[in-house]
Amino acid sequence: MSSAVLFDAPGPKTVARHRIYTLLAALGLLGVLAFVVWKLYSEDQLTYAKWEPFITPRYLNALLEGLLTTLQMAFTAVLGAVVVGVLLGVGKLSEHGWVRWPSWAVVEFFRAVPVLLLMIFVFYSYGISRGDSGAYWSVVIALMLYNGAVLAEIFRAGVLAVPKGQAEAAYAIGMRKTQVMQIVLLPQAVKIMLPAIISQCVVALKDTSLGYAVAAPGLTIVGTRIYTSFQNQVPTVIVIAAMYIAVNFLLTLLATYLQHRLVGEKSPLDVTNVANMQGGANTGGAI
Amino acid sequence: METVLDNLDDVGLAFAYTVLLFVIAGVLSLVFGTLLAAARVGPIAVLSKATAVYVSMIRNTPLIIVLIFFRIAGPKIGLKFNFVDVTIGDVRLNNLFTACVIGLTVYTSTFVCEALRSGVNAVPLGQAEAARAIGLPFAGVMREVILPQAFRASVPPLASVQIALLKNTTVAGALGVFEAFARMRTLTNKNAGDRIEIFLTFAVIFVILVEVVSFAAHRLERRWRVA
Repeated sequence: MSSAVLFDAPGPKTVARHRIYTLLAALGLLGVLAFVVWKLYSEDQLTYAKWEPFITPRYLNALLEGLLTTLQMAFTAVLGAVVVGVLLGVGKLSEHGWVRWPSWAVVEFFRAVPVLLLMIFVFYSYGISRGDSGAYWSVVIALMLYNGAVLAEIFRAGVLAVPKGQAEAAYAIGMRKTQVMQIVLLPQAVKIMLPAIISQCVVALKDTSLGYAVAAPGLTIVGTRIYTSFQNQVPTVIVIAAMYIAVNFLLTLLATYLQHRLVGEKSPLDVTNVANMQGGANTGGAI
Repeated sequence: METVLDNLDDVGLAFAYTVLLFVIAGVLSLVFGTLLAAARVGPIAVLSKATAVYVSMIRNTPLIIVLIFFRIAGPKIGLKFNFVDVTIGDVRLNNLFTACVIGLTVYTSTFVCEALRSGVNAVPLGQAEAARAIGLPFAGVMREVILPQAFRASVPPLASVQIALLKNTTVAGALGVFEAFARMRTLTNKNAGDRIEIFLTFAVIFVILVEVVSFAAHRLERRWRVA
């Protein structure tokens, strides 16, 4: 609902009052900003020495490499998650109870268990003896399982969102169940789901930072190394956060673009919202 | 099961921390998130824009970065929470715990804000138009028509946000609060052979906690549903 309907078109008195509020709000916000800057300044956080690493090519390279690793991890995890998600999602739609119930149980389990627990378990079972690549794959596998479970829900909703007549028509011309799913339902469902999948990429990207707990390579670990050697915690956190925000913002833009392009203004898939909330309808998500 | 049974006290204590983190940060995030949502849908353009920027920035930052800010970078600029030191039985709530609660609150409240805003957006246009047409003033439109419906519509997303918060409390474990995740890590470290049991125990307790919150949310949703 647009706020235009919530509020009457303001009259002269209200306009004047709003002007005062706007002024006060602007002053307040400026005050907060000024306070933050002053605080940083007075605590010596704005000195050249604290920010120097971020204009030194060597550390910039390290940061960019970290970002690249993070992106790689997120991308691998999402690819794996799509595979897991399709399998589980189709499994949940199966007509056979012995496929449907286990799929349901697996999905519910992995959606309800915190990613960190999963990550540390995989790390101790597999990654611990394999050094950096072990930590890397621990993060990827944990994220793959978790996001796969979330995507399974999205896939199920996506397949169910395809108009019923499509499947009926496909059956009517004599297709088999697998064919109906592969040739008719999935291609259309993917189109509806793509924005939701991209939104899930944002979640996966943010969650790769949890690799901090198992010292997996990536942007966050590069950041912690920089601030342990330079003792410039505040500037480092600001820079790292800005990098994550920038990448996520680009991904969100892509998701919105695809939403307009493939689905149109109306959003027939509730799961888009669910995915933005980063989780399933009721089992929550990993915000 | 031996490892878990032998350390039952520790496991219980760990989940006490988890639940405390969840409850305190949950309540605070609801309060703070409501304030954010009010600023976001309010009529003052400056506030609304500023809130939008703030919310999308925090939402796109990984939780662990937010927590690192309050836990590790904060003390460098005088953001210490040393004045907090409460001990209840074996549970000790100190500055570390507070820093993590604040971080979780800051992060979760932005999602609460979005959930509430989506609730307001879910109210059909016609409702507001009809309320205006029968002559209700702005306050009346909001109080009698919009907010009751918006509140009901935001129960499911709010529940999702709170469940996510419950799972996110584990991140505090990576930064020094001895809650479930940290406890599981030490136990696994000491008894690597029993890692499967340890993982399953902690995972199942989490599943149960999540189901409890989810069940409660479901009940509320059904109770408040109109017709």
